[in-house]
Amino acid sequence: MGSGGMGVRQALLGVAALLFLIDLYLIFQYAPTASEALGVQVQRIFYFHVPSALLGMISFAVAAVASVVYLTKRGRKWDRVAWASAEVGTVFFTVAIATGAIWAKPVWQKWWVWDVNGTLTFMLWLVFIGYLIVRSYAPTVERGSRWAAVVAIFGAASVPFVYMAADWWEGLHTERITGPAAQGSLEGEMFFTLMFSLLTFLVLFIALVAERTAQLGIEESIEELRREVAS
Amino acid sequence: MTGYLRSAIAVYAKDMRLEARTKETFSAVLAFAVIVAFVFGFAFDPSPSVVALVGPGIVWVAYVFTGILGMNRTFAVERDRGTLEGLLLAPVGREAIYAGKLASTTTIMLLVEVLLYPVFLVLFDLDLFNIWFALVTIAATVGFAAVGTLFAAIAAHTRAREVLLPLLFLPIILPVIIGAVASTSAALGGAGWDGVGKWLQFIVAFDLVFLVLSSWAFDFVLEE
Repeated sequence: MGSGGMGVRQALLGVAALLFLIDLYLIFQYAPTASEALGVQVQRIFYFHVPSALLGMISFAVAAVASVVYLTKRGRKWDRVAWASAEVGTVFFTVAIATGAIWAKPVWQKWWVWDVNGTLTFMLWLVFIGYLIVRSYAPTVERGSRWAAVVAIFGAASVPFVYMAADWWEGLHTERITGPAAQGSLEGEMFFTLMFSLLTFLVLFIALVAERTAQLGIEESIEELRREVAS
Repeated sequence: MTGYLRSAIAVYAKDMRLEARTKETFSAVLAFAVIVAFVFGFAFDPSPSVVALVGPGIVWVAYVFTGILGMNRTFAVERDRGTLEGLLLAPVGREAIYAGKLASTTTIMLLVEVLLYPVFLVLFDLDLFNIWFALVTIAATVGFAAVGTLFAAIAAHTRAREVLLPLLFLPIILPVIIGAVASTSAALGGAGWDGVGKWLQFIVAFDLVFLVLSSWAFDFVLEE
């Protein structure tokens, strides 16, 4: 990553900032106020909640795929991509869980509902936390990278099982809550705003992961230089 | 293949012999399991209707916690005595070591779990002597051990092994816990294959996927 890469990354961050300004206008001015069933003004949190949840999932997929490549091909670069994606993904998941609870309380009278999406999001959030913590406990960087990669791959392999189990479990225990949570029920200006939000969050995600990946690379070269000087 | 099997059996036999002589892990884990079951008696009103409702949950929470304790021991014992290096230097495949460790962990856990049947019967009037529950117990325990043995190997190499294992293990194993609790409810409620079969197949599928995945990943975990 030379200085050329840095220019691209800064441009990306700039685009993300610009998109976010427009997105905020769309969310609070352009999008119409929602119906009673969706929570009227509270519904606007969807435009944060849905993109962060979706990008959390995407970040997990990125981390898992990069981990497989890292373990099989051994390029340090892939480990840094997985690591950065996990860090950014943890933040997105945290935002998704918090905004989901804030929306659900006034509309469903419950902070938390044990549905499939909620269970899966919470589980992946926990796997990411384990992924980040296992690195800090490892005796060497390389071992931490390998352990974390295994954690990410195991988490990904568990996803279809969690999905099925939570789905059956929900069928057994709670009355399914149908309807407004699905973004498909948003139409017109609301749908456009949601799509724009998704784009904004996607660009922000790419910008943050690129930045963090580069930082991790710099950290590693500094560490290498320090070892050279010491020996 | 026969070499692999012979090495795995050798590791298993070594662990079992060690356990038979010291009974270190077994006795500690069993005592812990009994304490957990006992303490649960004060967590809720142990009347028959409540036990029917929360019984399957407490059984599996007790099994999972004791399992974590037991799995932490498998590699911690080796590491504390410095025998892990010896084991890794042995001219056998890492998959064979994994398989042996997996088998010994599963054996000890199953033994403790079966010994808890009468404890739950006496304390909560919860009758676990049920063929479907037994099958679920075996399937779920293999799943726990498949994932837990691998993560225990990671945790044993860190400063914070007691904390790290549950942190890594529990989110991944979540589907098995859900499946085990749901199928136990069905089994104890008198359902046969109709109620339990779906979950049993689900847990066995999980076991197969993670047995393969763990054997593959074990080498990466132990590599210096």
